[in-house]
Amino acid sequence: MNTKIYVLHFSKETSDQPMISALVRKYDVDFNILKATILQGNDGLMVLELKGHKKNVQDALSSLKSQGVTVDSISTIIRRDDALCFQCGACTGVCPTKALYLKRPEMTVLFDPDKCTGCGLCIAVCPVKAMQVDVNEDIGLLS
Amino acid sequence: MASPQFIVEKTYDEINARIKAGEAVVVTAEEMVNIVKEMGAVEAARKVDVVTTGTFAPMCSSGVFINFGHTNPTIKASEVTINNVNAYAGIAAVDVYLGVAEVAQGDPLNKVYPGSFSYGGGHVIEDLVAGKTVTIKAKAYGTDCYPATEGGKEICLADMPFAMLTNPRNCYQNYNCAINLSKKTIYTYMGTLMPNGKNANYCSAGTLSPLFNDPLYKTIGLGTRIFLGGGIGYVISHGTQHKPSAPRAENDTPTRPAGTLMLQGDLKKMSSRFLKGISMQGYGTSLAVGVGIPIPILNEEMAAYTGVADEDLKTKVVDYSYDYSHGVARDYGEVSYAQLKTGEIEVNGKKVTTSPLSSIVMAREIAETLKQWIESGDFLIEKPIQTLPTE
Repeated sequence: MNTKIYVLHFSKETSDQPMISALVRKYDVDFNILKATILQGNDGLMVLELKGHKKNVQDALSSLKSQGVTVDSISTIIRRDDALCFQCGACTGVCPTKALYLKRPEMTVLFDPDKCTGCGLCIAVCPVKAMQVDVNEDIGLLS
Repeated sequence: MASPQFIVEKTYDEINARIKAGEAVVVTAEEMVNIVKEMGAVEAARKVDVVTTGTFAPMCSSGVFINFGHTNPTIKASEVTINNVNAYAGIAAVDVYLGVAEVAQGDPLNKVYPGSFSYGGGHVIEDLVAGKTVTIKAKAYGTDCYPATEGGKEICLADMPFAMLTNPRNCYQNYNCAINLSKKTIYTYMGTLMPNGKNANYCSAGTLSPLFNDPLYKTIGLGTRIFLGGGIGYVISHGTQHKPSAPRAENDTPTRPAGTLMLQGDLKKMSSRFLKGISMQGYGTSLAVGVGIPIPILNEEMAAYTGVADEDLKTKVVDYSYDYSHGVARDYGEVSYAQLKTGEIEVNGKKVTTSPLSSIVMAREIAETLKQWIESGDFLIEKPIQTLPTE
């Protein structure tokens, strides 16, 4: 099973289409809507967790893209500024998916964006604010 | 002269002569672990002249004495801010002390809980060493010799007449492993602690930590030359809250917070790589300070001391939701730094995730840097004028 969180942008032409229910019927994926909103200009934004067999998830995403929906993995929105990070490791205790982890025995702090679910806990605990949300893509994760 | 107490005996002069000749054998405290394990303390003492240590972690009792230079007309500055952070000005005209835990004016602090404390004295210090210009604003009541009642300047570190990093309490010799046994998340200087003992935070460089390698302060004292914030500094005293009487293990290392150091060094020679302003959510601002102390291997006792590994170094687990803040001496067992570094310990029979606040990667870099300084012949080992109190 594959679980990942995606940020979907719907253009105003597509934001009134029942696309998510179509996904469930066609591709046998589970979904969990973490956030959904209509933005200015009537385009839409949705933060969606998709769970299913890898191929089904990929096909579901391809289908969305073919209908003009922009799909980003949430991990591309949370990033680490490596110049700021001083490798303390404070984030590793709060990260629920071990996307932030210590490589032992060196005790280097590593970030694996593929495992990041975008919960944002690391952003608040990082003492030098090395974990950041892309400003242009801030979708109110922490609100 | 008394008969030799040790099989190997070296003097500071002999070690320094070897450093000057480029012949000194210098290793880091991490490297020393295996050397002592393989050849024993006596042979290790014959082979190794100096062991370098390092640590890089938040050290809240830090700050800088600044003289920002006179204005025209002159001012007996009595209220001073630097980048909107209050500096203590109750000393002579245009002298101030800026502490790292001072939060910028107007910060909502914990009124919006947990506060984010985005800028404070530690950040000002980092900005200064990074070469940035800061804004100083001063107010005064005016005297005949210092008539100005208001003044200020935009100034960078290079243009300040004097800036001396002076830290009343650094380099804690061991520290608590913090846990939260209450039902709600708490925000402490030991980081964010989740409820029901879900995680535990610790803060020591373990085997690399300076005072773990000279547990009874036999070579560290007033006048010891050290690596401080990327430049050269000195130990100028034992630090505030220095508590040498803490319980100790058989290898003489304390199993609780014990000794501390007061440190000083010229800020102008330091680097923002080794001084980083930090914000602890819900707690406040601080400064992560890089410190490295060289330990001369005068005899096999010092070789044995510097050979300690993470498994030989222990601390206790302390509950920060109630016990710490109410002086309750209950403890939840001792754990070694080797256990802590695995990322998991056991408390009350439950597995608890551990995470560090002290950067081992930076500590190692500091120990390596100090090693290179000594190997290049530029950095000599200073014999302390007075060693630190041991009781």
